[in-house]
Amino acid sequence: MIKVNNISKSFGDKKVLQDVSCEFQSGKVNLIIGTSGSGKTVFMKCLIGLYAADAGEILYSGVNFGQMDDKDRKDIRQQIGMLFQGSALFDSMTVEQNIMFPLDMFTKQSITDKRKRVNEVLARVNLVDANKKYPSEISGGMKKRVALARAIVLNPKYLFCDEPNSGLDPQTSLVIDKLITEITKENNITTVVNTHDMNTVLESGDHIVYLHQGLKEWEGNNKDIIHSTNQRLNDFIFASQFMKDAKAKQMEEEMKKRV
Amino acid sequence: MKLLSHIGRYLQMLGGMFARPENMRVYGKEFFHQCNEIGIGSMWIVIIISLFLGAVTTVQTAYQLVSPLVAKYVIAQIIRDSSFLELSPTIVCIVLAGVVGSKIASELGNMRVSEQIDALEIMGINSKTFLIMPKILAAFIVIPSLVILSMFLTVWGGYMAGTMTGIITDAQFHQGLIKDFLTFNIVFGIIKAFTFAFIITSISAYFGYNVQGGSLEIGRASTTSVIVSCVLILFADYGLAALLLTK
Repeated sequence: MIKVNNISKSFGDKKVLQDVSCEFQSGKVNLIIGTSGSGKTVFMKCLIGLYAADAGEILYSGVNFGQMDDKDRKDIRQQIGMLFQGSALFDSMTVEQNIMFPLDMFTKQSITDKRKRVNEVLARVNLVDANKKYPSEISGGMKKRVALARAIVLNPKYLFCDEPNSGLDPQTSLVIDKLITEITKENNITTVVNTHDMNTVLESGDHIVYLHQGLKEWEGNNKDIIHSTNQRLNDFIFASQFMKDAKAKQMEEEMKKRV
Repeated sequence: MKLLSHIGRYLQMLGGMFARPENMRVYGKEFFHQCNEIGIGSMWIVIIISLFLGAVTTVQTAYQLVSPLVAKYVIAQIIRDSSFLELSPTIVCIVLAGVVGSKIASELGNMRVSEQIDALEIMGINSKTFLIMPKILAAFIVIPSLVILSMFLTVWGGYMAGTMTGIITDAQFHQGLIKDFLTFNIVFGIIKAFTFAFIITSISAYFGYNVQGGSLEIGRASTTSVIVSCVLILFADYGLAALLLTK
């Protein structure tokens, strides 16, 4: 579980995050949503320690991340997996070497065991026969799956995904969302996903935090979001006519059921 | 003010580099990989430049020594000393600043922009130690080796050009090579090579590691790293000469 207590972050005079508090439970897909510039990425970077928050605290299973010494921070980071927006695969390494890298660095397993584990996670993300390929030789969707495989290879307790669907077609996006949800439930991981994708919000959002101009504007889940009366959230979620129609249809069906 | 900020951040980067490696075997592998990248990758250009530097120096020295009072073996002495003291360490390192420095800056810049450095940090790996330290250590081994290779190739290039064109005979050239030979000149060249190796790798790593933006900024960082490295090499060249060669 990750608990965030009143964190704030500014860059110069610009306040990017203001007094944000929330709780991310294990075994759930927790989403951070908001318009561009709302502070989602900064929030996530504060959570994983790439930025130091100006105020407030972030507790990983009750331990304050900001007050940890370097050694403890390194230890906690080995329990974190991260899927980056651009995948962040190492260009000079093959798919297999990319996934094996955390194992090489932090375990003393034999090469046979490491290969076995790599093949296990590759199979888990439905990617076979790609071991010897370089990142430049595979598609965007495959890169995301390799990055997800690398993120889970050490069995992390926490998984962070920064816009996992950006640049992907809707079908591949669904596959990635499904994988993230399944992996979260299977391993009881605390997953935090930063997203713009409305499919992800409605399909996978066990817990959703909506940020607006650095403030937490709304918190709930994918069932509550349909009935939200928050105008800014509604403007954001149901921006397109298609989504507006979908909401109207959903409401109509619910009314019928009640009657 | 901007210069002071750069110096501060550069020193901070160097300080942050000294941490215990997470896994010595992986770091060792990276070190040998860098030795190969810096050394083998630059060997051919060093060989070509050294041979031609020696050849051109021979021809131009002979062209300038018109007095019958100056013995021919002086040509070999001039080639030997200018190669050991200046041509091989300085010219080769300026070329390496372009070849190796720009490669390091663009590689690290690309890693920064594509979040690969962030990925290392999140895994709990000290990215400065993992990415910069092996490059500097590899350069300490490889660049002085290339400079020593260049010293001998420059002299050999001079010998070939001199004897094949009839500027100097074989015996005269050998006489010039051994006359008033000072071992310190080679030591001085190697000291310079170590200093320049540190400048080339640390400066280019600094500019690459701190890139912000996109491909345009990576290109700028690469160019800036080469310019700054070359200027610092020339400053250090003068500083070392003033420090170690003046009596």
